[in-house]
Amino acid sequence: MTGEIVFNDVSKFYGDVLGVNRVNLAIPQGITSLVGPNGSGKTTLMNLMTGLIQPTRGSIDVCGIRPDEPEKLFQVAGYCTQFDSFPKGLTGYQFIYSYLRLFGMTHADADRRTVAALERVNMAEAAPRKIAGYSKGMRQRIKLAQAIAHDPQILVLDEPLNGLDPLVRAETIALFRSYAREGRHVIVSTHILHEVDMISDQVILLNGGYILAEGQIKAVRDEIQEHPMQILIRCSRPQSLAAKLFESDYVVEARLHSDGAGLLVKTRTPERFYLALNTIALNGINIETVAPADDDANSVYEYLIGGEEPTR
Amino acid sequence: MNGNWKLWRAQIAAIMRLEIRKSFLNRRGVVIYLLALMPVIIWVLHIFVMRARGRQCNFAEDTHMFAMIFQFFFVRLFIFFGCVAVFMNLFRGEVLQKSLHYYFLAPVRREVLLAGKFFAGLLAAVTIFGASVLLQIAALLGHFDSTTVSQYLYQSGGFGHIIGYLGVTLFACLGYGSVFLAMGMFFRNPLIPAAVVLIWEGISSILPATLQKITIIHYLQSLAPVPADPPKGAIPLQILVFVSDRTPAPVAALGLCVLTAAVLVVAAWRVRRMQIDYAAE
Ligand SMILES: Nc1ncnc2c1ncn2[C@@H]1O[C@H](COP(=O)(O)OP(=O)(O)OP(=O)(O)O)[C@@H](O)[C@H]1O
Ligand SMILES: [Mg+2]
Repeated sequence: MTGEIVFNDVSKFYGDVLGVNRVNLAIPQGITSLVGPNGSGKTTLMNLMTGLIQPTRGSIDVCGIRPDEPEKLFQVAGYCTQFDSFPKGLTGYQFIYSYLRLFGMTHADADRRTVAALERVNMAEAAPRKIAGYSKGMRQRIKLAQAIAHDPQILVLDEPLNGLDPLVRAETIALFRSYAREGRHVIVSTHILHEVDMISDQVILLNGGYILAEGQIKAVRDEIQEHPMQILIRCSRPQSLAAKLFESDYVVEARLHSDGAGLLVKTRTPERFYLALNTIALNGINIETVAPADDDANSVYEYLIGGEEPTR
Repeated sequence: MNGNWKLWRAQIAAIMRLEIRKSFLNRRGVVIYLLALMPVIIWVLHIFVMRARGRQCNFAEDTHMFAMIFQFFFVRLFIFFGCVAVFMNLFRGEVLQKSLHYYFLAPVRREVLLAGKFFAGLLAAVTIFGASVLLQIAALLGHFDSTTVSQYLYQSGGFGHIIGYLGVTLFACLGYGSVFLAMGMFFRNPLIPAAVVLIWEGISSILPATLQKITIIHYLQSLAPVPADPPKGAIPLQILVFVSDRTPAPVAALGLCVLTAAVLVVAAWRVRRMQIDYAAE
């Protein structure tokens, strides 16, 4: 499906609680990963683009369709939610079959597609059993089967690899790749980037309801390297440490922490800085702790992205 | 447009099948079956008690009694609470069970979803309470000899009465069903709004004529095939059943349909704005 999923200055508040704020995005075809820690707004973004919730401000356009037109949107989109709850009393088969009947499909059509979707996620055997008795991984797979059952061009998948064993995980990732190769939109959320970095065409980094960075993974990594990282050093004589640090090439900025008992340092090359710090510390300054500053977006980057380059 | 109707019909049928399977063909449906069975049991008990005391039932008395029980208890309480159980949970139950997103992820207009759920509830309620009415009448007529019964059925308009009772049952489910369907979308806790409606309907007869037009019982009383005159001196009953101005039946039927439609329009407005907000529970 040509076109993009466009967020136009979108904000979502749950009462006073911020879901996401001032989001501007244009998501093209291919695999896009939404990456962020718990509560960063991944599910909120996905619920917004599928119309399960409405934005407080701004507008969303999904390849020319408004999310508040489910009758059009779900002809072309499938959503595997994070909700781990199902209509009562249904078997795996009934769950998919009844869903397809809601499209207005005939019994024969719905049955054929149900069987195909169940086979695709390796759930044919468990299909006659009640979902209530499924394991976590099986529930995850039956939800995935629902999302792909009508062969949608846009796939929105909220932490789809959760609870899957390594083998199924690899199969599922292969499935996403084949969808992406066919020119579909595949949007996947995760809080562990390395899980998807090899397959992502683009990543969107989220934290606290804000988009930190977006683009191709290489560019996002470079962007982070350009951003100096902020580190808090708790030590006995911060002033003299600061004087010493200024002599090194690794520090962009160093200032006293407001409580006087620490030093805030900015560096572009944290690894080399840590090494240099070791030699400085030998010279009589007692260093208690060294840690990324909490309120610093870069520490989140670090956490999310890790050090290494992706291996393609 | 034609294609749309065909699609909507197929979707409504799919929703109804799913709803009936989920909600009425399992343990959750038991409450409703019990409610519907209770008046039948009352009649069976009545017959046994009269037999045990060696007394003969009086046909005119019993049919009058039937009309009263129908209006005071069956419609006002049994169908009322049956509809609370059936319709209030159509949306609210799915929010509590966190399963509403299943429907919201299908290419179904929200209004179509509303219609599907409403018709599913209506089908269930009318079937269950309609069967109850027929069983009650069977119990009532069953203990009289066949000449009395056939005279009642063929000469005293008995068949008309039966159709009338079934009709009132249908309209009661329609009216109360729409109200409780809508309430289930606005309120988390169903008991307080249900109690408010119960009182509102209860005091209907002492309300000014214009306000009566927005009670359901007003129309239902106007549609009742046999007027139920309470025994002299039974003042609480007189308040309940006193009809200040009986609307002619066709007008009453139309009025109830308009009322139902108005409530469903509000519900449709609401369902379009509904969000999946389970986390807030
Ligand atoms: N229904 C709700 N009511 C109130 N606050 C909510 C609701 N849903 C989400 N939030 C808040 O919005 C923020 C973003 O939540 P969201 O579920 O989008 O995060 P997430 O990135 O999906 O997290 P996770 O990795 O845990 O799934 C959080 O602070 C959360 O508490
Ligand atoms: Mg989430």
